[in-house]
Amino acid sequence: MIPSTGSAFVALIRRDLMLSYRHRNELLNPLLFFVIVVTLFPLGTSPEKELLQTMAPGVIWVAALLAAMLSLDSLFKADYEDGTLEQLLLSQHSNALLVLAKIFSHWLVTGVPIILLAPLLGLFMFLPAEGIKTLMLTLLLGTPILSLVGAIGMGLTLGLNRGGMLLSLLVLPLYIPVLIFSASAVDASLAGLEIKGQLYFLGALLALSITLAPIAAATALKISIE
Amino acid sequence: MKLPAILHKFSSPRNFYSMSGKLIPWLAWGFGLTLLAGLYTGFFVAPPDYQQGESYRIMFVHVPAAWMSMFIYVVMATSAAIGLIWRIKTADLMASMSAPIGAAFTFIALVTGSLWGKPMWGTYWVWDARLTSELVLLFLYLGFIALQASIEDPRNAARAGAVLAIVGVVNIPIIHYSVEWWSTLHQGATVSKLDKPSIHITMLIPLLLMAISFKLYYLASVLMRGRGEVLRREQNSRWVKDIVAAETQSGGVK
Repeated sequence: MIPSTGSAFVALIRRDLMLSYRHRNELLNPLLFFVIVVTLFPLGTSPEKELLQTMAPGVIWVAALLAAMLSLDSLFKADYEDGTLEQLLLSQHSNALLVLAKIFSHWLVTGVPIILLAPLLGLFMFLPAEGIKTLMLTLLLGTPILSLVGAIGMGLTLGLNRGGMLLSLLVLPLYIPVLIFSASAVDASLAGLEIKGQLYFLGALLALSITLAPIAAATALKISIE
Repeated sequence: MKLPAILHKFSSPRNFYSMSGKLIPWLAWGFGLTLLAGLYTGFFVAPPDYQQGESYRIMFVHVPAAWMSMFIYVVMATSAAIGLIWRIKTADLMASMSAPIGAAFTFIALVTGSLWGKPMWGTYWVWDARLTSELVLLFLYLGFIALQASIEDPRNAARAGAVLAIVGVVNIPIIHYSVEWWSTLHQGATVSKLDKPSIHITMLIPLLLMAISFKLYYLASVLMRGRGEVLRREQNSRWVKDIVAAETQSGGVK
């Protein structure tokens, strides 16, 4: 019997979560990277509270972008190498939906930990409670966009030998709007200003990338697999 | 959906080769003439600006180059999409041949912009919204070129590039407006944006001449690059061998 697309979607998420649980050590690497990059900034500039506080939104967000980009490697690679990805794309279910399921489970194991780690880094950078709250909100809206857009870049560079550097060249420019709105939301909340505007923008970007990015990523994957 | 017949005719590599061969001289002459006319009117006919004196004249290169940088990206993405959807080789070819030209125009726009910025703003670089989004556009071009260069099979390179170009086209307005928003937030006060009085006709004419000239240059050079690439890709086909044989006999190609 052929399962419905919905149950295939859920089954794929469960499978991916199970696989990442079995390889949980690998999940730590992007997180450690995230923490270390942020730690470097006080060492590279100065431990002054004011300076770090002004830089905090940008620094934490740039580190989150880079960590999210590094974590993309685990999104399709293993499935590509053992042929699972090919089978998924050959199935009769909508490729875009299956890709969305993979992105979602990937976000659960890479994006969510970044959100949970953010308060610690906020403390490192002397962010007040209000700023930390906004930081987590923007990460909650922003990290799924990073995974979704990153999936397109990952799909395009999947079969290439030196895909890693190329991926950053392709994906980082596309991350700019997320960085701008998120960092400025945290900035605004530090100044006691309204942040709804930025959050709405992030929400709009999220809606746009949920609808379009899986289609583009699925197309890219099909091209890479040929 | 069907494509117009003329496109199908143009789309076979062989027809492309012969038609572009006829078009290029016209385009090249048009480019040369409009360039001379544009430079002459820009440098000698147009009056100095009441605020910026003579230094505004770099505008006649800067503004058309910036227009071209965006225009070529759209052309590139459109023809890449046509290549992806209707599987037309010539469209793929146009997309990948356009990218370096577009990147070059973006680079020219950035360099002339920063040279213009020195007398106007007192510094070579400001994080002005337009400069920043032009810089991001350059990154997008370079990403496209790098992606196509790293995929060996030309067919796959074209398709992967097409997906990237289409994603880029969706993103360019988003990036542009977010950068604009960001720069008004951060620097509204420090960057004294040039007031834009409606441009005088004596300045508008050279600007338009230069814009036409740059467009003709783009068309001529993209076709020339395309011709070379067609010969390389179709080197094993009969008609290319015939051309090479004929040229060798007449002493054109050694």
